[in-house]
Parts: sequence; C-alpha cells; structure tokens
Amino acid sequence: MAEATAYQVIGTRPVRPDGADKVTGRAIYGADVRMAGMLHGKVLRSPHAHARIKSIDTSKAEALPGVKAVVTHKDLPEAPDKIANLGEGAVNLKFLSNNVLAQEKALYRGHAIAAVAAVNVHVAEEAVNLIEVEYDILPSVLTAPEAMEDGAPILHDGMTTTSLGEKTDRESNVASHYRFTLGDVAEGFKQADLIIEREFDTATVHQGYIEPHNATAMWNEEGHVTIWTSTQGAFVVQKQSSEVLGIPVSQVSVIPAEIGGGFGGKIPVYLEPVAALLSRKTGQAVKLVMSRTEEFESTGPTPGSRLNVKMGATKDGRVVAAEASLAFEAGAFPGSPVGPGGMCIFSPYSFPNMQVDGYDVVVNKPKTTAYRAPGATNAAFASETIMDEFAEQLGIDPLQLRVMNGAKEGDRRVDGPTHPRIGFLETVHAALEHEHYNTPLEGPNRGRGVASGFWFNVGLQSSVVINVNSDGTVSLVEGSTDIGGTRASIAMQAAEVLGIPYESVRPTVAGTDGVGYTDVTGGSRTTFATGYAAYEAANDVVRQMKERLAERWNAETEEGATALTAEDVTYSGGVFGCSKDAGKSVSFQEMAELMPRTGGPISGRATVQPRGVGGAFATHIVDVEVDPDTGKVSILRYTAVQDVGKAIHPSYVEGQIQGGVTQGVGWALNEAYLYREDGNMSNASFLDYRMPTCLDLPMIDTVLVEVPNPGHPFGVRGVGEVPIVPPPAAVANAIYRATGQRMTDLPMSPGYVLDKMQS
Amino acid sequence: MATRIHVQTTLNGEAVEFLCDSRQSLLEVLRDDLGFTGTKEGCSNGNCGACSLQVDGVLVDSCLVLAAEVDGQAVNTIEGLASPAQLHPLQQKFLEHAALQCGICTPGFIMAAKALLEKNPKPTEHEVRYWLAGNLCRCTGYDKIVRAVLDAAETMEASA
Repeated sequence: MAEATAYQVIGTRPVRPDGADKVTGRAIYGADVRMAGMLHGKVLRSPHAHARIKSIDTSKAEALPGVKAVVTHKDLPEAPDKIANLGEGAVNLKFLSNNVLAQEKALYRGHAIAAVAAVNVHVAEEAVNLIEVEYDILPSVLTAPEAMEDGAPILHDGMTTTSLGEKTDRESNVASHYRFTLGDVAEGFKQADLIIEREFDTATVHQGYIEPHNATAMWNEEGHVTIWTSTQGAFVVQKQSSEVLGIPVSQVSVIPAEIGGGFGGKIPVYLEPVAALLSRKTGQAVKLVMSRTEEFESTGPTPGSRLNVKMGATKDGRVVAAEASLAFEAGAFPGSPVGPGGMCIFSPYSFPNMQVDGYDVVVNKPKTTAYRAPGATNAAFASETIMDEFAEQLGIDPLQLRVMNGAKEGDRRVDGPTHPRIGFLETVHAALEHEHYNTPLEGPNRGRGVASGFWFNVGLQSSVVINVNSDGTVSLVEGSTDIGGTRASIAMQAAEVLGIPYESVRPTVAGTDGVGYTDVTGGSRTTFATGYAAYEAANDVVRQMKERLAERWNAETEEGATALTAEDVTYSGGVFGCSKDAGKSVSFQEMAELMPRTGGPISGRATVQPRGVGGAFATHIVDVEVDPDTGKVSILRYTAVQDVGKAIHPSYVEGQIQGGVTQGVGWALNEAYLYREDGNMSNASFLDYRMPTCLDLPMIDTVLVEVPNPGHPFGVRGVGEVPIVPPPAAVANAIYRATGQRMTDLPMSPGYVLDKMQS
Repeated sequence: MATRIHVQTTLNGEAVEFLCDSRQSLLEVLRDDLGFTGTKEGCSNGNCGACSLQVDGVLVDSCLVLAAEVDGQAVNTIEGLASPAQLHPLQQKFLEHAALQCGICTPGFIMAAKALLEKNPKPTEHEVRYWLAGNLCRCTGYDKIVRAVLDAAETMEASA
C-alpha cells in the first residue's frame, strides 16, 4: 500500500485536458452534432398518465410537406419478455422496448407514442400534432402506498409479485419484494430501552442535468447504425439499441459526444433507437433532442418512497435493533433502486440485529433510473433522522452516538457483505474535531444538524490502451465518458506509473469501435476502475520497455556474461536502470525514441474488472435558519467530511462533494414532482421544479479524509455519489434543532415546515 | 411558410447576415443555421441561463430573443471571448478553480459573469451569487464558480 509514498502527479491539481475546449464553447456535445442532410425529429408523447392505445393514425402527419417519416412501436421488432444484463443491471427487454415507444398502453404522461422526422424541428413539431391517437383513458396511480392498495389500478396485466425469490399468483403493482436479515430484530428490540418508529415519505425528484437528452443516428445502406449521443456509457447504448432494434451489437457503433451531466439519468436509451428507426426509413441522419418538459415527464426520475423505520437503543446509546420497510416507486416499469436503498440504510453502523424489507412498486410515472447513490438518500433520510432522535432523547452528542455504533472493518452489512478497511469512524472523528462543529451556533430560529451516509460504489469493467509516441509522450485511449474531469484523473494515474509529466499523457474518450468494453461512467467507478486500467496499461508499457532494454543491453554485452532479464531492469523517476550495472541508464523519452530499433511501436493495454471496491462514507454538518413566518429554510453553513481513499485530483474530488451536497440540499428543501389528480405533472420546468441556484447556498466546505482502499493501487475510493446521501437528513435534523419539530417528509418546503411549526 | 426575414448583425465583431423565420429564436439561428454551437440550450424558456450571451452589451437568454430582433445590433457569444493567444481571464480562472465539471452551463456562466464584471468590476461574493442566480449549474454546487469569478475580477482589476 501506498500511504507513505510521495507521488509526483497524484494529489496535484492540473487543468483538465478538455478544459480549454469547454470554456470556449468549442467542445462538441450531443446536441452540437450535425451531419449533411440531417433531419430533425420530434416525439409524440402521451397526454395521459394511463391509457390503452386504441389506434394511431399517422396519415395527416405523413402528408405534411417537409415530413420524411413517422414511426410507432409497430416499427420495432417484437421484444422478448426476458431479462438481459445490459450494463445497467438486469433489464426486461420487453419493458425496455415498450418504454422507447409505447405498445399497447401509455403508462405515464410523457410516454413516447410515435416520432416524426422532418426537414426542421418546427415542421416535426407541427407533424407530431397531426398524429391522431385514440386513447381509452384508465384510472392512474401515482405513489407506492396507493399502488400497493387492494383495488388499485393495475399497470401491467398479468404481472404478479416475486416475493423473496418466489413467484406469487396475485396480480399486483408490486413487482418484487426482498428481505435482508442480520441477527434477530425481535430479540434486539427486547433489549432496547428506547424504541422509535416513524413513517417517512419522500417525493419523486429528477437528476436535473442541464443538457437535455439527444441522439443523432445514421442507418446506412449496409444496415450499419452509427449513433452520436451524450451518454454515460457508449457500450450500454450500443447493447440496449441493438436489443431494441433486433440487430447484432457489431452493427451498432456509438460515438459518445461530450456530455452535459448525467448523475445516472443518461444511462438508459430513450431517443437512440427512435432516431435509428427514423434514419432507416429516410436514409438520412436524424437528430432528436428533448425539451426540458420532456426531460421531466419522460426521463429519470429517482423514486418517491414510503419508508417505515423502527429502531431500538439501550440507555447508554447502543442501537440494538433496526428494522425498515421500504416501498419505492419504480415508475411505469419495474426496477427502482430499492435494493441499493436497503443495502445502504444501516450500513454506516454495526447494529447487531437488522432487517430490511424492500418493495419495488410500479406507478404511472416515468420509469425511474439511477440518480447519484440511487436509493441511499431516501433511506438515509429515515435512519439518520431516528439516529438524531436517539441522540437527543438519550442526551448523547449525535456524532458521539455515531462513534459508539459506527461500522469498522469486519462488521457485516445487513445485505451480507463484510466491510473491508473503511473510513467511516475517521469521518466522524474529523467532524467532531472540525472548527465548524466546535463553534457555537447563535441566534434565534437556528439549528445545527449532522448526518452520515454510505454508498458501496462499484467496479465493473474498463479497458485502456496507452500508445507511446516517439518523443516520450503517450496517448491514452479509454471508454469512460468524462462528466467531471475523469480524463484528468485517469491520465494522472498513468503519468504516475510512467514517471512522466501529466501534460505528457493525452487522454481520449473513444467510442465503441475505438476501445475495449467499458461500463458506464457511474457508480463512482471511473477514477477507481478506469484509473485502475490506466495503471495496469502503464505498467504494461513499462514491462515492455524493460524487456526491450534487457535484450538491448544483452546485445551490447561481451560474450560469456550472464544474460539480463526484464527483472534486472529497474524503473524509477522516469529512468530505466540495471540492478546489476549501475552505469546503465535510459530515460523514458530515450526509450521511446528507440522504439523503431527495438521491435517497433509500444502499446500498453489493460482490461480490468477490479473486485476490491472500497465503499464510501460521509458525515455532514449543516447550520440552518428557519424563517418563523414563512417556514423557509436557509443554509447558513455546510461542511462535508468524506473518506475519499486517495484524492487523485483534490479539486475535482471537492467538486464532486460540493455538487452532491447541493443536489442533496435541493432534494431536502425544494425539489419534487407535483402532480394533478389526473396524473399530469404540474411543474415540468426549471422555473417550477426549483433546483438550488448559487443564491441559495453558501460556500461548501469539504474535508477529504484519506483512508486508502486496499483494493486499488493508489488507494482510490469512488467519491461521486455518497455526498448526496446525508444532506436531507442533516438538514432535517438542523431544522429540528431550530424549531423543535421532526421532519418526516421531503421536500421540506416552506409550506410543509410552516405547517409542522404551527401543528 | 411566411416570408423569411433578412437580418444584418455583428457577431463577435464580424458583420454577419442571415435569413430567418419569424418564429426562430436567436439561439436556434446561432446554433442550427450559423454553426455557433458554443451557446448551449438547456431549457428554451429562460430558466437555466445556459444560452446567456450579450446583445449590444446587454446580458440575455438567447432562447427568449427572436433572431429577427438582433437586426442592426451586436451579438457577442462565448466563441468571441478568447483572443488567439490566450483565454479571457474568466475562462482561465474557471479552469484553474475547477469551476466546471460537465461544462454545459459554463459558456452561459462565463458570459453572465462577463456582463457582471463590466457593470461591477469589484463584486462581493453576495453580488456574484445574486447576479448569477439566473444560471443553473447542477454539477459544482457553485462554490468553485463563485471563487473563479471573484478571482477573475481581481485579476482583471489588477491588469486594468
């Protein structure tokens, strides 16, 4: 392990290689792609939350001058009702296909029904309005508790609950039910002196990336489809598009454009297969870009949830039992992140008895998709609120309570895995010692809250190739789309191994034809796993250079001398030497120049599937002030402490934390899908779906605790997701200290807080 | 289709003329017809600020300006900010402070900050936050953006 290692590149703060192009407007994002003769498309979307589609008449649209093609679900091949692993976990192909273009039913307001390609977007919009759809409007159901009731409208005819792995026979909106158990909660509650049980509700929220979804596709005369798109994973788009379109993966090339934010929301395909169908019909490239309304009504979101949590503690502050029942909205098709929610809810702690039941419930809302630590933020809002109540009622400092119950290496999570070396307690101690926590908060209507959070992070698969240039610089080809500076954090790891300056590594994000399989930029995996691949590929370069130098030096040596092997060649600080001959020395640059005379070009390559994923923990401190007249909550000060393993690029790590905190604050205070009775969303714009602006926040202090992950050569842990987990609970606990009222619903908007204060 | 409108304007200091439909926004003409895709589209209804640019020195959301309106006016976009030799101080400071992650909101933020510093060369943190509240960023939490703007103001003031 590398704790004491002095790094040359790692831990510095260089400017990212794509920086200049991104501050000058030169970088090409998905919506900036243009092709000769390109057509523009528009999607017709359901105005109803739940309706049977009786007929679709496209004739008037097709007759409009400038319209080149119209497609509906009839243009897609019949999708099998089977589960496939498409890089985002298991996906039912029929559901995926039906989400791209509705087949028999529209299952949510905004569900894609048909699409048009025309000479420009205005004609396409006019044409979409000429498509006549006959609907049989059905009653809709919008929340998990309602959808679980007897007699609730059923979304999927014939769908029954899979409970604890067994198929049941009753038709239901509950797609599945799981249970995690550790110890015996009933026994645990018997030991408790204080038991707190609460019900929590959290609203549906959106990822809110600023760049709308987009796709440009060209289906050429040989049946090959090329797709330009802003995506978190080119290979996922390739695989999902090939499945939906019913063509081999080799017939789909995906070229990832720069991506304007994703947060999990740019993993599934929405527009890509539709653009491809329109291109096949027209023989032209077709571009589709969503409007902001379409973004809210048809993509994302992350689930609203009903959380019932019961926890028991002894008088001296030991939590002895914790039980949770989590019901998450999946949206129109199964697949909410209720599983990850259950994996994370109690995992900062070593409670001896735990049980979690999770329910994945379909409702008439857009199919939910990942959003930064998906499921964990909902879950932590409940458990971290009850931890705060224990602290208050038992007269224990809330951070000390976390010290007393905190998880350490060797403790088991409720879902089975045992924690490896983790840094949760280190984050709590750093918070305890922080000046923020030790500065009294003064003034009326003010309160300080703390909360912790866990996200397990993922590894998955990555590929990297490093090509050595003759001047001693290298090009690095990787497949992880860069959403926040990962070109830099990956290149830095290669530069560290190669002993060359950061500026000598030129990273490029390649498409599906240009690099080996690489999973999504998500799960906080990119700097960890693709960085690992860069480390291995750089070592592959060094190994090849050592072999060549051993051979070269042998050729120079007099006959009879013992032959050198690669093991005899050392490499340090950018210079090769020989352990058996101190006089030999060749720099990386000299070796690069020698390539044509030592066997030709050198490319290092690595494909990895690293297993040593290090989980991430965070502990946050927030000060709020609550306006007693309006209930509006202002954030006065925020400090986020996080175990980051090893910060490759500290500024970019801080940025991940600050961004995660801000999204969490938005989730806590303002953001929510608001629905009318008929199932239509009433706030599908950035004006009415109120995300934090810079006027809503103070500076966000970060503390990077570095407990190296033993599963990564530099100790890296994923950092991107866990910072969104504690904020809603931390803010709720702060509001409690300010008002004396416990918050059980998200968002804690002014009206809600005021109601609580006046109750 | 209605008769197309002939517009003569100055784009980043160069005379430019184009034909547009009455319904086309300045943002659409810049991006789709003139190929100036540095100005970004995030919402098309004036709520996110990604399409911020200046018309005759005034900061606008170009999605809310009709292309026909800029006849005879000077349009300045992100593409015109850097000189051939070097980035504008705002651009440089955004890079140094890691004030962008995905970068989609960055051109809008930089153009909005430029307009601020022209009006108020020495803004306080609160003034920066107030002025930039019309621009949404979902990645950074704004901390590093505000620092970059404050630092750029100082740099520009020192070299002025």
